[in-house]
Amino acid sequence: MAQRAIREYDGKRLFAENWDKYFAPLKYPFESVLVTSGEELKKKAEEPGFEWLKQKPLVAKPDMLFGKRGKNNLVLFKINKPGDVTLEDAAKWIDEKRNQETTLLSGQKGVLTHFIVEPFTPHSEDEEYYIAATTLDENYDVLYMSAHGGVEVEENWDKVVEVKIPIDASDEEIEKIIKENIPADIPEDKKETYANFAVNFYKFFRDLNFAYLEINPVVIVGDNVYLLDLVARLDDTAGFMMKDVWGDVEFPTPFGMPEKSPEEEAIAEADAKSGASLKLTVLNPKGRIWTLVAGGGASVVYADTIADLAGGVEDLANYGEYSGGPTTDETRFYTETVLDLMTREKDPEGRDKILIIGGAIANFTDVAKTFTGIIQAFEKYADKMKDVGTRIYVRRGGPNYEKGLKDIKEAADRLGLPIKVFGPETHITDIVRMAIEDDKAKA
Amino acid sequence: MGLFTRDTQAIFWNNNRSAIQRMLDYDYIIKREKPSVAAIVAPTSSNKFDKFFFGTEEVMIPIYRSTEEAAKAHPNADVLLNFASFRTAYDVTMDALRFPQFKTIMITAEGIPERLARIMNKTAKDKGVLIIGPATVGAITPGAFKVANIGGTIENIVKSKLHRPGSCGLVTRSGGLFNELSNIIALNADGIADGVAIGGDRFVGSVFIDHLLRMEKDPNVKYMLLLGEVGGREEYKVIEAVKNGQITKPVIGWCIGTIAEHFSSGVQFGHAGASANADEETAVAKNRAMKEAGIHVPDSFNDLPHVIKGVYEQLKGEGVIQDIEEPEVPPIPEDYAKALKAGKIRKPKNFICTISDDRGEEATYAGYPISSVATPDTGKTIGDVISLLWFKKVYPRWAVDFIETVIKTVADHGPAVSGAHNAKVTARAGKSVVESLVTGLLTIGPRFGGAIDGAAKYFKYAHDNNMSPKEFVNYMKKQGIPIPGIGHRIKSVRNPDKRVEGLKKFAAEHFPATPLLDYALEVEKLTTSKKDNLILNVDGTIGILMVDMWRALGYSEEEIDEFIESGTLNSFFILGRTIGFIGHVLDEKRLGMPMYRHPFDDILYDVQKAEEIK
Repeated sequence: MAQRAIREYDGKRLFAENWDKYFAPLKYPFESVLVTSGEELKKKAEEPGFEWLKQKPLVAKPDMLFGKRGKNNLVLFKINKPGDVTLEDAAKWIDEKRNQETTLLSGQKGVLTHFIVEPFTPHSEDEEYYIAATTLDENYDVLYMSAHGGVEVEENWDKVVEVKIPIDASDEEIEKIIKENIPADIPEDKKETYANFAVNFYKFFRDLNFAYLEINPVVIVGDNVYLLDLVARLDDTAGFMMKDVWGDVEFPTPFGMPEKSPEEEAIAEADAKSGASLKLTVLNPKGRIWTLVAGGGASVVYADTIADLAGGVEDLANYGEYSGGPTTDETRFYTETVLDLMTREKDPEGRDKILIIGGAIANFTDVAKTFTGIIQAFEKYADKMKDVGTRIYVRRGGPNYEKGLKDIKEAADRLGLPIKVFGPETHITDIVRMAIEDDKAKA
Repeated sequence: MGLFTRDTQAIFWNNNRSAIQRMLDYDYIIKREKPSVAAIVAPTSSNKFDKFFFGTEEVMIPIYRSTEEAAKAHPNADVLLNFASFRTAYDVTMDALRFPQFKTIMITAEGIPERLARIMNKTAKDKGVLIIGPATVGAITPGAFKVANIGGTIENIVKSKLHRPGSCGLVTRSGGLFNELSNIIALNADGIADGVAIGGDRFVGSVFIDHLLRMEKDPNVKYMLLLGEVGGREEYKVIEAVKNGQITKPVIGWCIGTIAEHFSSGVQFGHAGASANADEETAVAKNRAMKEAGIHVPDSFNDLPHVIKGVYEQLKGEGVIQDIEEPEVPPIPEDYAKALKAGKIRKPKNFICTISDDRGEEATYAGYPISSVATPDTGKTIGDVISLLWFKKVYPRWAVDFIETVIKTVADHGPAVSGAHNAKVTARAGKSVVESLVTGLLTIGPRFGGAIDGAAKYFKYAHDNNMSPKEFVNYMKKQGIPIPGIGHRIKSVRNPDKRVEGLKKFAAEHFPATPLLDYALEVEKLTTSKKDNLILNVDGTIGILMVDMWRALGYSEEEIDEFIESGTLNSFFILGRTIGFIGHVLDEKRLGMPMYRHPFDDILYDVQKAEEIK
């Protein structure tokens, strides 16, 4: 992975935990809670430090990595008039929302599970500023600043000032570049405060290894800064350096994306424990073509080719890879997981299942060793594979590939599984063509 | 000019033995004069060099603790192969950038924090240093120099014609597919002249265009192949260069990841860098744009071989590409371990081991995994371990308990006995535990601790030969040897040795029979009638009961004699007493006693003047 979205709540928590280091003497009254139900919210209100939940009017909204919540009518800030939402109202609203499927304007569908609740902050529209930063380019970061924040920022994009900051700029250079580019339409009396905030915002963004950070709007009243809405992605490859600073940060599954199946979860767990790489995504559990592909690049090439030659993706059941020299045991477990999924149901039209065991010419992975794991899984699932009618196509090269290919051929023959086996002299994806042509010949 | 020449030498950061050996194997088959690895940097290594094969011979490659030392000692090495982990790869690169001798730095780690990767890449670019990677298997200039594992095994390298220059310039993102493409190009054309896998991370130091522009200028490259991926805009820089005439040589292009079209979002296909943020970053859009710019683009990856063949044959027809004379490839001597595994070779063994085996998943004691006898829940004791490792048998509980009782019984006998004394004196001379211990152990022999052996030997001899106790006593008298195992300094019939009582009681309760002990007790009756302290002592009891134990376990008399002859009985004493000696040595260390000097008044000096012999 690399850049991963975090919840608004976690983003604000990171601001609060690092506030004094970056933003003093400005103040950030961090009053936010993340809850999954109305009951949890009411319980939270009884804890010390959270009295404001009972004392102040509230705002509640889902905190699940999607934007445009206002436009989706998913921000509770009024019952009759803005700023009259009580704890009871918020709790009731959360319970209503979390019990039904929600469809966003974008078409994404899902069930709301996480909500952020904060005090209602009365302010006027012209106090809503915008600030964001991104790592998009290899040589510089981009800082976006505008005096016109709020829900209409995209419509007002021409008023946003973009500042390119070289990644190796010193603190003095950063300060100079940003201060020279503060949007002209920020009122004079706020300019210095905003400029200082912007400089420190960028340093905070940089030091905490954000890949993207947007606050829209940010409201500055006197010494107080209110971060009203926040979107953030972290560069998770920096996780090993940031453990203490990030704390217990969560990288949730984006809204609308199906949660991982238990099988995908099991492979992800095995992957986390292993020095090798094990990845599995089930695209269509009823699909007919299953792949067991070694290597990240090769796995893409096989998926591409199946879509090209099978006339679409409805037959493609899974996407994934094993690579980086997995042990025999890891390969066995990975294969068993795939075979288990593949053999649960017969094809409704009575066609064979196709198992593509593919891979490029390995650099250092011992092919015979990984194939031993695949063969062990065959031994366990042979009967089930025969029940659903499985044809196997193998293509692989690399260290010890001759032995690997010979072993897998012998094992399949012994177990009565139809198999075709090829080495590096055959084009990597040609087994996909063969599998599909054999289908046509059969039909 | 290709990326590397036949004189290019690298410093390899991290002693990745298999990758370095593959580089030297490559050097050997292309007949390089100097190995391509000049030195290794291994900050935690205490070795000064490591040995590698160069053909059938071995060469020494020096190891340094820092890049600085290595660079100073090998000023001609202009490539750094950074094989540090993602945690340290950044620091290693930044450190190396201090030394202007490095022109190329290759970084293999995947998942370096993006901000660090960007700083590293920019710093290098500012200094004019070419970065390959991160997250790559590297690059190769066939016939000149190959980075680490790229190309895979030597057999595959030769099959894919990576051992001599061809005419294609190859640039890929993926390292796994680099090999595959080399193979496809070898099967359908004449191999590659230069090749780079730029790496799969989001921010890599050099990109397609950097290498393609270099290859455009390289007269050995006649056409180029670019294998891109969904995500990013790098391919558009190439398209631009083709359009504006910076690239004039034929280019074959393909972006993998067309599958992503079919899925709305969320599924990550391929590398970290591979996810489309905009329509023009999709593989389909890039393939279309490449085609429109005049790049040779197949209809699908499966058709790529035909396109390569077409371009190659056209260039050959035009005379741009000439036939290549295939060089002779010296065979790489087969690796001993591999040949052995394949059953191709054999050799006589110098050592034999019949008691333990450390070759499997877990080391075993006489066939039993260590974990099955080690922890308390196994119910096994030191006695069980001894029965496995000394006798290769699983003894019954009573025998195991007896062995353990013996060990405990002989563990120590105070500081005054000669072994303990020696150990203490040595410890006080400032020697280590092991040195002090062995000085104690070295005193064990016929006089100190040897009575166990002797008792077993003589009592068994007498018993085997049906001597009556009286005949035995007379026999020993005639031999002029005090009966081993008989007699004690203070203990007597009236003041019996509690240790002996304990052993006798245990034997009476648990041994199936104790014929030799019964015999010895008859002998004791005779000896104690002469003198009160001529009792069967603890050494004697142990030696004799051991014989009874082995008899009850079904060993033949010959086997038991062999145990005695080989010093097995003494071994129980050595093992047990080691516990005591170590105690004394540690005691001395803690007490911090000074060096011991024996007082004059405890020595009888009787020194005569030496007589002169004429």
